[in-house]
Amino acid sequence: MDIATEAKPGTIVLKGRKVVGGRAEGEALVTTETISGWGGINERTGTVIERRHEMRGVSFAGKILVFPGAKGSSGWSAYFHMTRLNGVQPQAMVFTRMTTKIALGAVVTRVPAITELDQDPLSVIETGDWVVVDADAGTVTVTKKNKA
Amino acid sequence: MNLTDYEKAMYDGEHGRAKARAMDLLVRYGEALGAERLVETNNVAGAFNASTPSVQPIAQKGMEHVYSELNLDSDEVVEVPHMVAHTCQLITGIDNDNWELQGVDKSLVDMQRENEKFLGRRGVNMFATCTPYQVGNVPVKGEHCAWMESSAVIYCNSVLGARTNVEGKESTGAAALTGRIPYWGFHITENRRGTHLVELDIEVDDMMDWGLLGYYIGEVIGEDIPVINGRSHQPDLVKLKHFGAAAASSGGVEMYHIPGITPEADTVEEAFGGRKPKGTFRYGAAERREAYEKLQSATEKKVDFIMLGCPHNSIDQVALIAHLLEDKKIHPDVQLWVHTPRAIKQVAERNGYLDSIKEAGGVIMSDTCPAISRRLPQGTRVIATDSAKQAHYLPAITGVQGWFGSVRDCVDAALTGQWNGRV
Repeated sequence: MDIATEAKPGTIVLKGRKVVGGRAEGEALVTTETISGWGGINERTGTVIERRHEMRGVSFAGKILVFPGAKGSSGWSAYFHMTRLNGVQPQAMVFTRMTTKIALGAVVTRVPAITELDQDPLSVIETGDWVVVDADAGTVTVTKKNKA
Repeated sequence: MNLTDYEKAMYDGEHGRAKARAMDLLVRYGEALGAERLVETNNVAGAFNASTPSVQPIAQKGMEHVYSELNLDSDEVVEVPHMVAHTCQLITGIDNDNWELQGVDKSLVDMQRENEKFLGRRGVNMFATCTPYQVGNVPVKGEHCAWMESSAVIYCNSVLGARTNVEGKESTGAAALTGRIPYWGFHITENRRGTHLVELDIEVDDMMDWGLLGYYIGEVIGEDIPVINGRSHQPDLVKLKHFGAAAASSGGVEMYHIPGITPEADTVEEAFGGRKPKGTFRYGAAERREAYEKLQSATEKKVDFIMLGCPHNSIDQVALIAHLLEDKKIHPDVQLWVHTPRAIKQVAERNGYLDSIKEAGGVIMSDTCPAISRRLPQGTRVIATDSAKQAHYLPAITGVQGWFGSVRDCVDAALTGQWNGRV
């Protein structure tokens, strides 16, 4: 077993299904609200712009984005595609609700993505936690920020 | 994923590099979904055209680059053959006639026109509207489609009983070249049944009512499938077009049933396919008001831009606006843009509606809308619109304040320069 996916003291390991393969680690950005692509994000900055969104003004660039999934326009994949071309894509996606928007969006953003986890990532993971996503192994390893 | 021999041959490059790259994308996408196979489709509605500044650096390398990168997610630049599926272009970023009013740079117009020639020769039909079902692409019940545009998808599934998921720019690009799309979600009969019941406690009649109902339902239902019971009036294309667009904006609704109206259920029981609703919502005066309040993002009464026609107006909607504007002039500080598909604009012109709107000081726009183009008349601070979808997105995208109301409220604002709408 890869050392990074082994449960160490102070870490929590969630198991799930690979959506897009690969491994990434970084700081978690967690929202319990779904995100719109077209009309919901600025693809040049990776910032959420939706009017009544709890993450309005926050950028997911370089973060492990933990969220329920996609909503809104069918431009979802095209806008996340452009965040990759502009270098402001999230490092990985961890989500709970499968849709065609998020599946295609994760594929064309070409970042590790995982879903169908055995624990609810939206309650286990908090913004600022250190998260390792190993999509090929089907694991999300969480180190809590306040127990480090 | 299980592929047929023909699909494997396409995947392996026996039918050219473009189809190989298209199959690669479809397989990656299908596996991400957890789909077991692909399904044949001969009806694709996608976003192919190049009309935005962000596409320009890619388009300068050639239109093959645009299709390869943005429609196939392929690093390899492939020669694009003729589409195999019946394919149309949805809404674009530039009105081919009114681009100067939009403030579009001539170089972008030239790019769009060059790109249209490239696509046209390859069989992408230039409907250039978010409502292909208004201008000749009306799928029949059960037809497997690969459509983008959330407002068109919900119409296709619910009102027409054809089958499509919300596809994207890359999956429609791949579907058009292969005639395939993942067999998942709404392509499968058992996934089309209702999940939640919505009981109407008030009358839902005019276009604004249906927009408010849709906006409320999207918020509470998210991505589930509502079954709407207790309707007091017969809806038509215009009302359901607005209802679906609203529900797909505030939430992710892609399908609904109105028993007795939509084709897959005559009764509430049939809509649920013998299963119990997961939940019931009631829609009354309080919910209607809540949806209305949520759509208002403006505080200033003085308006400077009126946007009508999202989703693109039907001929009847254009006729009503022309009638309301007849022998009148809009306020000098206000711009009025009325959006309708190019094919319908021709009818409007022939009927004299175009002249009535022009003489009043308004403009009929086609091919695009402000949310897609991100272009408003210069200096716009406060808009008014009869579209819940536009009121939802435009303030977020462009930073303007937005009023939402009926078409009559909006025309009144165009004439007076003041917002006087109320529920």
